[in-house]
Amino acid sequence: MNEAWIIVLKRDLLLAFRRRSDVATTLFFFLIVSSLFPLGIGPEAAVLSSIAPGVLWVAALLAGMISLTRLFAADFSDGSLEQMLIAPQPLALLVLAKVLAHWIVCGLPVVLLAPLIGLQYALPNDALLVLVLSLLLGTPALSLIGAIGAALTLGVRGSGLLVALLVLPLYIPVLIFGAGAVAASQHGMSAQAHLSLLAACSLLSLVLAPLATAAALRISVE
Amino acid sequence: MLMAQGLACLRGDRLLFKNVGFELSAGGLMYVLGENGSGKSSLLRLLCGLLTPEEGTVFWHGQAIKQNAEIYQSNLTYIGHLNGLKDDLTALENLQISARLAGNEVNQEEALNSLAAIGIARCANLPVGVLSQGQKRRVALARLWLSRSKLWVLDEPFAALDTASVEVLAARLSEHMSNGGMTIITTHQDVVINAQSTQTLRLSA
Amino acid sequence: MKINWFKYSSPQTFYPLAGKMIPWFAWLAAIFAVAGLYISFAIAPTDFQQGEAYRIIFVHVPAAWMSMVIYIVMAAWAALGLALNARLSAMMAQALAPTGAIFTLLALVTGSLWGKPMWGAWWVWDARLTSELILLFLYLGFIALQSSIDDPRRADKAGALLALVGVVNVPIIYFSVKWWNTLHQGSSINMGAAPKMAATMLLGMLLMALAFWMYTVAVALMRVRCIMLERERSTDWVKELSLSVQSTAGVKS
Repeated sequence: MNEAWIIVLKRDLLLAFRRRSDVATTLFFFLIVSSLFPLGIGPEAAVLSSIAPGVLWVAALLAGMISLTRLFAADFSDGSLEQMLIAPQPLALLVLAKVLAHWIVCGLPVVLLAPLIGLQYALPNDALLVLVLSLLLGTPALSLIGAIGAALTLGVRGSGLLVALLVLPLYIPVLIFGAGAVAASQHGMSAQAHLSLLAACSLLSLVLAPLATAAALRISVE
Repeated sequence: MLMAQGLACLRGDRLLFKNVGFELSAGGLMYVLGENGSGKSSLLRLLCGLLTPEEGTVFWHGQAIKQNAEIYQSNLTYIGHLNGLKDDLTALENLQISARLAGNEVNQEEALNSLAAIGIARCANLPVGVLSQGQKRRVALARLWLSRSKLWVLDEPFAALDTASVEVLAARLSEHMSNGGMTIITTHQDVVINAQSTQTLRLSA
Repeated sequence: MKINWFKYSSPQTFYPLAGKMIPWFAWLAAIFAVAGLYISFAIAPTDFQQGEAYRIIFVHVPAAWMSMVIYIVMAAWAALGLALNARLSAMMAQALAPTGAIFTLLALVTGSLWGKPMWGAWWVWDARLTSELILLFLYLGFIALQSSIDDPRRADKAGALLALVGVVNVPIIYFSVKWWNTLHQGSSINMGAAPKMAATMLLGMLLMALAFWMYTVAVALMRVRCIMLERERSTDWVKELSLSVQSTAGVKS
């Protein structure tokens, strides 16, 4: 019985695999947004490496967010969400499986691509490592918190923009700690405090966000 | 076994119905009748716990369904007017996933048999997205051949089905009731379903 | 004697009660505001460092206090509405949101007006101003979510959940912004370094805060009355009310 979440996880991964173009969209978005900044600012390595932590983190955050609206929308319109709501399993667990799938499909590729973009921004090696580490620790929190917004705006007109309005303010701590970690290592300081705080954010949202999302889904499906 | 008391449902600021109550025991079949917009689908969703009633309570074996959601939901199969199928998965995959999600481990053979029962075995490995409306409906209904739930709640199951499928489905429903199952159904068609007891609930605006 | 609190939680009984309460709170707001402004502008001494410009804190600080208090009160009403399925609580939360947003905006505007003579810039990324800006986003999100959902009951519940998520996040956001601020050498620019509080200044601020508070209650009650009429327009008591209003208007003309 407890394997229901594995079924949901497998199902969502299979669906993402059948619709590979959707995954690519997120990744391209991340690539394009982070390539626009040097074009707008200029190719000076010193300037680029000083803005890199913030720019890369904001780009990762936006890439995760644009894919959020799809998290529950398809399940909502074809009725599979209803079936999940009445499945004899805790809804929060199924939500967690969906969020995990979303992170594997949309978050993880961004984490893996980030060091390449970091090179374009003339980030030194230690900072690249911290960048990957901070994204690895922080992006799960983004997916988890974002799921609440996606669930609340399900079936609401203009939900794409609304999600941004609801979720972006809640992303601020993750952005501050994440970009701060990279900046700290650039300045030769230890990034450990930042990374611990990031992990704390992810853990806290791991505990609370699925419950809030499940409640939001029940509200939205009514 | 299933009992509802004083149910009222509000959509927007319109009262769909109030004071709806009934008792359904093992082997019982209940038709929910009413005009379009009288709240039939809302009543079914409410009985599944998808909607919260404005007033009243639904009891399963004497316990409010909200108190005992997991036990109730493991006894419930609901097929609404949405099929709950993913267009990108094959009929077989859809069926297996939805059965497992309902806590019902099925192997490929059982799933194929149930698709064959409602006459769409040849679509088993096609993505649902390419099927016709009636075929999709049949894939959704094939779950009933795998379901071990006591209570079936079906919203217009006969709509979009051809005559042969209607008969097959009616026979399956009769079988369910003769095994002591319960069914709550909305339909516009005259279909003969055998049950140990049959009752009608009429919703009027 | 037992008071039946639930009696007052029905819109029908609360509507006339709120109507009676509004003038009281409005007058209290006016009295506190006059007293507070008199102390702030006439009695409180000129600051020897900041001159007269510092007096804007008599508006800025109470507005910032209220913006946070209202968010918490709003979330509390929302939680109550969610837990007890009480319509009135949800309506109160909805009625408070615009006032909270306005105080947040007021705190931002006065903050930037204060910033100009102090640091020569309209906007500084000081910890408190930044937090206020994020708080404004949270208010706007709440209002936007509620207004884009058509079904009022779903809007209530969704808004309530968002407010609760927000309230859990506010301390985390505040902490992270402070941390960010100290890391980026922001400590030289700090609104917390207000002139040393003289007793009269504290009194002025408290009076202004009380005035804002009374204003909030009065305005929220007015707004909640409007929301009630709109939501319950199809119920008998609203129809009776509108009939009686029409008939008295008819007598006058």
